[in-house]
Amino acid sequence: MTEPNSATPAPPAFAVRAAKRAAWAVVGEKILEALVYLCGFSAIVFVLGIFLFVFKEAFPILANDNFSLTQFLFSPEWYPTSEVNKRYGVFAMIAGTCSVTVLAMVIAVPFGLGAAIYISEFCGHKTREILKIVIEFLAAVPSVVWGFIGLTVMSRLIVQYTGAPVGVNMLNGGIILALMCVPIIVSISEDALKAVPDSYREAAIALGVTRWQLVWRVLLPAAKNGLLAAVLLGVGRGVGETMAVLMATGHAVHIPNSVFDSVRTLTANIASELGEAPAGSDHYRVLFLIGVLLFTLTFAVNLIADTIVRGIRRK
Amino acid sequence: MRPAHRSSCFPQLGLAACAIALALQPGCKPGGSSGGSGGANPRITIQNKGSDTMVNVAQVWAEEYKKIHPHVDVEVSGGGSGVGIAALIKGTIDLASTSRDMKAEEKALAKKNTGKEPREFVVGHDALVVYVHKDNPLAEITNEQLADIFAEGGKITKWSDLGVKLPADRDVIVRVSRQSSSGTYEFFREHVLNKRDFKLGSRDMNGSKEVVELVGLTMSAIGYSGLGYNEPGKVKMLKVSPKAGQPAIEPGVATTLSKQYPIARPLLLYTLGEPTGELKNYIDWILTDAGQQIVEKSGYVPLRAGTSKP
Repeated sequence: MTEPNSATPAPPAFAVRAAKRAAWAVVGEKILEALVYLCGFSAIVFVLGIFLFVFKEAFPILANDNFSLTQFLFSPEWYPTSEVNKRYGVFAMIAGTCSVTVLAMVIAVPFGLGAAIYISEFCGHKTREILKIVIEFLAAVPSVVWGFIGLTVMSRLIVQYTGAPVGVNMLNGGIILALMCVPIIVSISEDALKAVPDSYREAAIALGVTRWQLVWRVLLPAAKNGLLAAVLLGVGRGVGETMAVLMATGHAVHIPNSVFDSVRTLTANIASELGEAPAGSDHYRVLFLIGVLLFTLTFAVNLIADTIVRGIRRK
Repeated sequence: MRPAHRSSCFPQLGLAACAIALALQPGCKPGGSSGGSGGANPRITIQNKGSDTMVNVAQVWAEEYKKIHPHVDVEVSGGGSGVGIAALIKGTIDLASTSRDMKAEEKALAKKNTGKEPREFVVGHDALVVYVHKDNPLAEITNEQLADIFAEGGKITKWSDLGVKLPADRDVIVRVSRQSSSGTYEFFREHVLNKRDFKLGSRDMNGSKEVVELVGLTMSAIGYSGLGYNEPGKVKMLKVSPKAGQPAIEPGVATTLSKQYPIARPLLLYTLGEPTGELKNYIDWILTDAGQQIVEKSGYVPLRAGTSKP
């Protein structure tokens, strides 16, 4: 989110040498500079462009008399193709998205942070390299494969060991999502821990702390920002993931009472219904409105994260 | 933001391989004439999209037809009847396979968009089968009971309401349904629920096969899917009676052809306007005995009895 700084004053020594250079080199450098500048701003252009497009597609529904925003946000009744009474309420899906993400984080954060601490502080060089490769491999598994594992392997295990009536449920989705988030959390947290200066470790050890005290009292507080960023990126992945949760959660419009209930997430709903909705129909526009909602949700998460990080920095 | 097509949860590997093979070859829409690798005949690609119920049989049609007419590639993808119809309305495909009728407003929309009237072909039949877990003692069910289980406001929520004894923690009925782009979903809603809505909270699967898969894994589940997806040993097909008191009919080829089975439906293909050229040849071939044998081998009901005799 930092603006590219294009107006750095060149040091005098550099200026003297630049005067001798050929004209094409100077022009080339200007072009490259402009390109880099453009790349820096392109992110903003893309984000605005996507938001405008999604909002443009969704907007007409808000002006429609048959549509009420209150019903959209707070009713669990989702009947977009009903022949008798169309109702567009996404409350159950908001609950579904939030519950699956929270469950996934409850599982993934301890695992991810634990693994990061082990890799960066406790294990030897060889183990570290092997573990890092394996964890990165975990991140390379495509989400549809995760979904398939959830649908076939995990659902059987859940029925067998918990006695739940159905294997595709919130727990299944949460576990699958947690497995997908762990690699991100591990690699970013490990970087954050690595970034803590060695002088901190040396000072702490010189004071006679145990390894555990070193991690708990020195490293974790020092790496707080990076660790928080890791967790929030995990949350972002959780909210945005589609295919795996579509297959693992059971895809039922239902406000969950327990982790063994099937749920439907906002993303999965868009993926499964956008193909059939005729362009420009109410159903189509409501699906885009769900997109706007998702946008707002992730924006809120990022904003909160940013505020927290700033707050920590100021201390 | 917009998925080009939703991949079925059990990706047909053959389909992927087929797509790769096609990508390597120059292809063109029917009527076009670029490319050409088989001498006199230009290579032709027919785009076929729609029903998940029919995706398997459509795939076999495409493969078999290519053996006879090597210059014709038929690209098959699923997604649901609604997806196929939406694509036909947009004019992006040549052939939509559906397991439900196109609605009047959909036909009007297609005419408005493309200037052509959709033309319908009946290419087979399917019995919509109600599946339960193999250990479920229930053997038959009435149409009204199905509506009471699946429809909004229906009173049956437990197996004990149907007089079926399952272990206490399996008593709540787990309803397995389809996503709303499915023709099977719409057909079930129209003919079993009488256009009422489904109860919320059903597990809406993204393919015909997944319904059978989930029912096979879940003792307290009930679901509906095509006849061709039956997996004996995992699930059980229920006999269905049109009304309480009337005899229950077993789903099958014979009872569907004789129109005794109450929830049977035609399998349809739609084109934009009267088909011409290779597209017409393809549909004509599907209607011959060769094409109809494939319908029966895939587990569906052919148009005429006895086409599969050797």
